[in-house]
Amino acid sequence: MEMRDEAARSQALKSIPGPLIGIVILIAIAYLLDATANPYTQFVLTMILANAVLATSLNLVNGFTGQFSLGHAGFMAVGAYTSAWLATRPELAFLPDYLKFLSLPIAAGLLAAIAGYIVGLPSLRLKGDYLAIVTLGFGEIIRVILLNSEAVGGARGLYGIPAAAAIPSLGMSEFISQFSISSIWLVITFVTLWRIVHSAKGRAFLSVREDEIAAEAMGINITQTKVRAFVISAFFAGVGGALFAHTVKYLNPATFTFTKSVDIIIMIVLGGMGSFTGSVIAAAIITVLPEMVLRELQQLTGVDLRMVIYSLMLILFMILKPTGILGTLEATDILRKLRERFKPAAAQESK
Amino acid sequence: MSEILLKATNMTMQFGGLRAVDGFNLTLKSGELVGLIGPNGAGKTTCFNCLTSVYKPTEGQVEIRGIDTKSMKPWQISKLGMTRTFQNIRLFKDLSVLDNVAIAGLQHTRHSLFDSVLRSPRHYIEESRLRERAFELLSIFNLQGKADHEAGSLPYGEQRRLEIVRALATEPRLILLDEPAAGMNNKETEDLMNTIAKIRKDFRLTVLLIEHDMKLVMGICERILVLDHGVLIAEGSPAEIKSNPKVITAYLGSEETV
Repeated sequence: MEMRDEAARSQALKSIPGPLIGIVILIAIAYLLDATANPYTQFVLTMILANAVLATSLNLVNGFTGQFSLGHAGFMAVGAYTSAWLATRPELAFLPDYLKFLSLPIAAGLLAAIAGYIVGLPSLRLKGDYLAIVTLGFGEIIRVILLNSEAVGGARGLYGIPAAAAIPSLGMSEFISQFSISSIWLVITFVTLWRIVHSAKGRAFLSVREDEIAAEAMGINITQTKVRAFVISAFFAGVGGALFAHTVKYLNPATFTFTKSVDIIIMIVLGGMGSFTGSVIAAAIITVLPEMVLRELQQLTGVDLRMVIYSLMLILFMILKPTGILGTLEATDILRKLRERFKPAAAQESK
Repeated sequence: MSEILLKATNMTMQFGGLRAVDGFNLTLKSGELVGLIGPNGAGKTTCFNCLTSVYKPTEGQVEIRGIDTKSMKPWQISKLGMTRTFQNIRLFKDLSVLDNVAIAGLQHTRHSLFDSVLRSPRHYIEESRLRERAFELLSIFNLQGKADHEAGSLPYGEQRRLEIVRALATEPRLILLDEPAAGMNNKETEDLMNTIAKIRKDFRLTVLLIEHDMKLVMGICERILVLDHGVLIAEGSPAEIKSNPKVITAYLGSEETV
């Protein structure tokens, strides 16, 4: 028994460095980009981080738990507006700037999670298309409420949203502080979701996707499981919204229409429903492609081909690889398979 | 020893104009092995669904260990110590064999989702215990070598066995088997009979099973209930059932009198 405790403690300690290394690498990239890239590129790359948070969190509900939600933009909006509004409060001025912007996503996430709970509890009795319609309706309600709230600018939107200021003593420009805050939150999101799904406890989410009746017969409280998935997903959608708000620095209710939800869904479908690494890769592709590649193409040809190429790409994907780039596999699974493929050959040669 | 585990009183299930199960009565004592038979469409699986709260019976009541299950969900039934397998296999197909069993054992773990996110020591203790337990059960059924396989990729017979393993992982006192021998050949059915006898002894299980294979039912059941058109038409030992004219009529039809 003691042995087991001992082993568990050392395993628990071993799980700590991984995420920290991830954060350090991303911050190093921030310093590198600060020296090399132009502000526009920097902006697009920061957007990748926010979009990756949004995509991975939606994947928990749509990909892993098998519930089709179309309301992610709604939760994102709740988080974005919460964070943007709090950032300008004089009551919070006592907090050190960097720390304030690092912790604002928590408030944004909590409010979004509450919204997720309120929507999730009644609507998760519904399945498939019906759930999709209800979540879509919810997203629209949030947008209309924001549109009519003068406190957050109404239809004019919210201008001049502050971001974490530069910290010259650390050589941190405004870009580095925003990029590193987003990086830290992406790592937190990714690690949390990854660990949930890669634990027996979290496999309960997958069992609901696989077969609700069997899951219930095996003692899984499926309503609780679905609500949990919804709340966790909404929390990180709120976080993603906060990162979005401080990167773009301008919010408008029109940003959070149904098409924004669809954008995020496209990311998870392209990356693979049930693959977090796939979601991150797809978020990067979908963010960069229209901004950088297609814009160049438009300048070259003089015709706006963005939508044409965008749709064509999706159609081709649905025909050639309907499960997305990675399907339900993670990038690590693919690496392991590759290693296994080359290993037996090497082992046989040595014999 | 002879505690009453499961009791159904006047259980009735009405779908619109169809009475799928009509006034079903059953008392199952601890340690019994009872068979439920009947022609196709007699309402056997509907009975199981009512007993496990998948359907809410329109009349009558079901008690598990003296507790009325009227307002309970199927997952709460599982916590009371009653579990089931399914006629049309319902495994978590895309998950590994090990995961299938581990998920069923979750209700006996003490760590929270929060432990798993933080990867706390308790997470590692509970998860490794869960894995060990799952491997133990899998090795009883000779499936330990397939732990990493996708459940859906197993051959049919192994999928049926895995369903039983998964049900056992919930640590039940009472297990309902819905046609465990469906689609099996003679040899496989015989193995299954031995397995049922074995798990019954090793896990001190009470078993209620639906089966069409008469050799299996007559071979292992101590008591048999016969259902026809939702109505219980006979109850007794295998020998009594074999010679019961009502049962013969239900299965073969009556001699025509011109």
